[in-house]
Amino acid sequence: MTGRLVVVGHGPAAHRLVDALRERDSADRWQITVVGEETRTAYDRVALTSYLTEGADLGYPAHDESVTVRTGERVTAIDRAARTVTTDAGEALPYDALVLATGSVPFVPPVPGAEHAFVYRTIEDLDALRVAAGSGDLTMSRPRAGVVVGGGLLGLEAARALQGLDMDTHVVEVAPWLMPRQLDEGGGAMLRRHIEALGMSVHTGVGLERVEPGAVRLAGDVVLDADVVVFSAGIRPRDDLARAAGLAVGQRGGIVVDDTCRTDDPHVFAIGECALIGGMVYGLVGPCFTMAEVVADRLLDGEARFTGADLSTQLKLMGVDVASFGDPSADALDVIYTDPVAGIYKRLVVSDDAQTLLGGVLVGDASSYPTLRAYVGAKLPGTPEQALFGGTEAAGAALPESTIICSCNNVTAGTIRCAIAEDELTDVPAVKACTKAGTGCGSCVPLVKKIFDAELTAAGIEVSKALCEHFDHSRAELFDIIRVRGVTTFSQLITEHGRGRGCDICKPAVASILASLGNGHILDGEQAGLQDTNDRFLANMQKNGTYSVVPRIPGGEITPERLIVIGEVAQEFGLYTKITGGQRIDLFGARVEQLPQIWKRLIDAGFESGHAYGKALRTVKSCVGSTWCRYGVQDSVGLAIRLELRYRGLRAPHKIKSAVSGCARECAEAQSKDFGIIATEKGWNLYVAGNGGMRPRHADLFAGDLDEETLVRYIDRFLMFYIRTADRLQRTASWLESLDGGLDYLREVVIEDSLGICDELDAAMERHVAGYSDEWRAILDDPEKMRRFVSFVNAPETPDPSIAFEPERDQIKPVTVEVTP
Amino acid sequence: MTEICEAPAPAGTGTLTATRWTPVCDYDDLQPERGVCALVDGRQVAIFRTYDGDLYALSSHDPFSGANVLAWGIVGSRGGMPTVASPMYKQVFDLTTGRCLDDPTVSVPTFRIRRIGGRVEVAAS
Ligand code: SRM
Ligand SMILES: Cc1cc2nc3c(=O)[nH]c(=O)nc-3n(C[C@H](O)[C@H](O)[C@H](O)COP(=O)(O)OP(=O)(O)OC[C@H]3O[C@@H](n4cnc5c(N)ncnc54)[C@H](O)[C@@H]3O)c2cc1C
Ligand code: SF4
Ligand code: FES
Repeated sequence: MTGRLVVVGHGPAAHRLVDALRERDSADRWQITVVGEETRTAYDRVALTSYLTEGADLGYPAHDESVTVRTGERVTAIDRAARTVTTDAGEALPYDALVLATGSVPFVPPVPGAEHAFVYRTIEDLDALRVAAGSGDLTMSRPRAGVVVGGGLLGLEAARALQGLDMDTHVVEVAPWLMPRQLDEGGGAMLRRHIEALGMSVHTGVGLERVEPGAVRLAGDVVLDADVVVFSAGIRPRDDLARAAGLAVGQRGGIVVDDTCRTDDPHVFAIGECALIGGMVYGLVGPCFTMAEVVADRLLDGEARFTGADLSTQLKLMGVDVASFGDPSADALDVIYTDPVAGIYKRLVVSDDAQTLLGGVLVGDASSYPTLRAYVGAKLPGTPEQALFGGTEAAGAALPESTIICSCNNVTAGTIRCAIAEDELTDVPAVKACTKAGTGCGSCVPLVKKIFDAELTAAGIEVSKALCEHFDHSRAELFDIIRVRGVTTFSQLITEHGRGRGCDICKPAVASILASLGNGHILDGEQAGLQDTNDRFLANMQKNGTYSVVPRIPGGEITPERLIVIGEVAQEFGLYTKITGGQRIDLFGARVEQLPQIWKRLIDAGFESGHAYGKALRTVKSCVGSTWCRYGVQDSVGLAIRLELRYRGLRAPHKIKSAVSGCARECAEAQSKDFGIIATEKGWNLYVAGNGGMRPRHADLFAGDLDEETLVRYIDRFLMFYIRTADRLQRTASWLESLDGGLDYLREVVIEDSLGICDELDAAMERHVAGYSDEWRAILDDPEKMRRFVSFVNAPETPDPSIAFEPERDQIKPVTVEVTP
Repeated sequence: MTEICEAPAPAGTGTLTATRWTPVCDYDDLQPERGVCALVDGRQVAIFRTYDGDLYALSSHDPFSGANVLAWGIVGSRGGMPTVASPMYKQVFDLTTGRCLDDPTVSVPTFRIRRIGGRVEVAAS
């Protein structure tokens, strides 16, 4: 028997309902008609702002052809006795089941002049807003001004969008702080600073009195210029149809439904933002989707129930990290961390025994949001403090089955694991396509990836471990093979333990391992052919095939005489010079055959290789320290130089950076380094596994108040342990995050010698220090190697004729070359 | 492929093409799996000696960056085929055909190369 299903509204909830039903209704039990008032079919309202900022196409995929979607048509009445709905096109549509998915409308406060204001809900609203923002009097002396009334999630999003339309933007919030529904006072205050730093003005604790032409008047006679006013002061469920049809609605709006989303008429359901379920109207898309799934299931005689929903949210504003998860207002133990300098405010609410996470807010740094959100209601794996500082970056394997990983789509860890196993999914995009996890706001994707990795590891699938098609081993395994069996050449290694002739992945990895274990010069014998782009000529290749030269300047300290030499060399060879971010000087535009001549000049003046080309120690940056600085408590320059000289030339899975600051003001940015040292009154604090770059990470405090010898010993071991066990091209930051047991484990290995390898690590570092010699000097001393620094084997004197420069700002730059692939 | 000596032109039939071979270096100058670049008739030719001793010559012009750097790439193999990876953005090229294995729409010219006694010669035209 076929039933007629009529769905009123075509927003996200309706779309999901129809999709879910079509997917499962293999017997075609339901003939579906959707009536939507907007002129277009359903679209991703959550991403609405990107329509304004990037012109994004938000449309959801069309339903299959059996579904009738009537757009631009509004349902005006329900006749429950006759089981029909009437539309403004004058049609009466019969139904066996009716689903109201009418969503909500922005609340417009009843103030004089409100009719001149805009709202921020539909694509049409945004089109109108854009027109208003772009029109008007261009001769005006002040920039055009926009005022958003409402400082919640949506209000801030709208305000940022107005700013993007070149408006001078104000946010007015009647509550004493921003995002009052999610944030406490401390978080609100911190958020305000971030918003103001973006250039918006914030007015809190003040109500709106009236909208006037070109202005708004606030309480207390404050008048703000306002060419455009946007109301974003909450939403009201669209329950008028239901109300007129005699269905129960809540006191503050919302169509009353039970936990199967049924109204008091068994033929009528309500889902999404128009529904009042369990006493709540949900303003987030996740619960709306869940309700849609429940009704799809019920229409096919299933047993699904709505059991409440996750209210976690994240503000979608570029440059401002704000997230709230669970119930941040729960009455239990509060753990608060505030860093006014970095603009960070984090608050966790945990059960009284400090074991179970109830909720929390993050402002300024929401990187742990996906993980923390997943732990809401569950036992934390560590202390709340550890959770706050990323200590819960637990392997995906640790998360309980029922944990909701994706709250947009209500997908649990169990569902993801099941899909990976049953459908034999082989990558994260497949997991997303199959489970829908990560296809909403996207904030859960990192966690989905972790679960995916953990599952494959558990299943014994070695997808990620094999270095490449030539070796089935991980880098750490190859390191052990090479170390324990005393392998000294790539050919021996690949013959005995691999296949083929290698590639640009395994060759540099093996080259780096051989170099870490001390196998002579990196351009000796067969090693020469293993080296990656920059190591091949001991210089960094530039976009036009020229090279750059970076002499070492330990700790950034340099005499005027040496500075002059660098200037002279640059002048003589016509090189572009630039101060680097690593406190030294880069000389660009050298041709292969010039490199030895340039280095001869530099080495004669006492310079040596800076290894800017190697996956090796780069620089140990330093602040000025106690010698000159009136706040310094230790000689940071002296220590930086000592460390840079100790670890220079040390090759590693990836580059290694360090810095030493002379006091807690941290001018050397040591906490962004692979190992960073900050002076204390009593000695040195050692931080490890920081990273700038693509995925910045603050270093973790490893040990405090160390004397210099202990400090050096810990760094020696830390580095050698990293070199032995990290993956190829894995910086210390992600190495530590992937290390089972994390920071505590690392401390056990390095401080307590839990693996009994510290003697070996110490000895390896001593060998490195004793065996160091300048790579570039070795080139100059070896005519055979020198012979390879030519552009053409058959014309050693001839420079590459295709290289050309043109002037820019009094120096050279490469002439842009045509690229034709 | 290595041509140890030139095949004799078949007598009587077919077309005879004249090839100008340019000597570029000694065979022993070439380290296995470490390319060099030669300037031949104004063209920059990347020359590789593989581990087995075979010789290959391709244009050193990297079509993805526009720089003449393919000679400085890492030599290896993919699925048994000898390859070089561009040092600039790491696309891999088949040494036998010049085809880019990461983007089949792209390829670089290959040249004939041979070993005559201790010398290596390239035909760039
Ligand atoms: C020259 C310099 C920029 C500048 O003019 O300031 C620079 C230039 C390059 N950086 Fe850098 N980085 C430079 C400081 C930095 C810094 C800042 C610092 O060290 O204090 C960072 C962020 C800090 C960090 O690494 O944690 C930085 C993060 C990166 C990254 C991202 C690393 C990451 O973990 O995400 C790469 C890419 C990579 O290594 O894979 C990169 C790669 C590169 C390369 C090597 C790209 C390449 O493969 O050729 C650039 C080489 C240019 C050249 O040929 O000389 N560069 N790079 C800086 C050299 C410092 C030095 O004296 O050695
Ligand atoms: C700018 C913005 C950003 C947002 N960001 C997030 C976010 O980051 N995370 C999050 O979880 N949520 C976010 N939301 C909220 C999310 O968009 C809503 O929860 C979701 O759209 C609710 O879906 P719905 O289908 O219930 O209602 P709606 O999306 O409101 O859809 C209802 C549809 O029904 C139509 N309709 C109403 N009455 C009738 C009628 N009588 N006849 C015919 N058609 C009718 C309406 O025109 C509308 O198209 C955001 C919302 C906005 C506006
Ligand atoms: S930031 Fe990018 S462009 Fe700038 S130097 Fe580093 S790698 Fe090059
Ligand atoms: S939580 Fe938004 S996509 Fe998963």
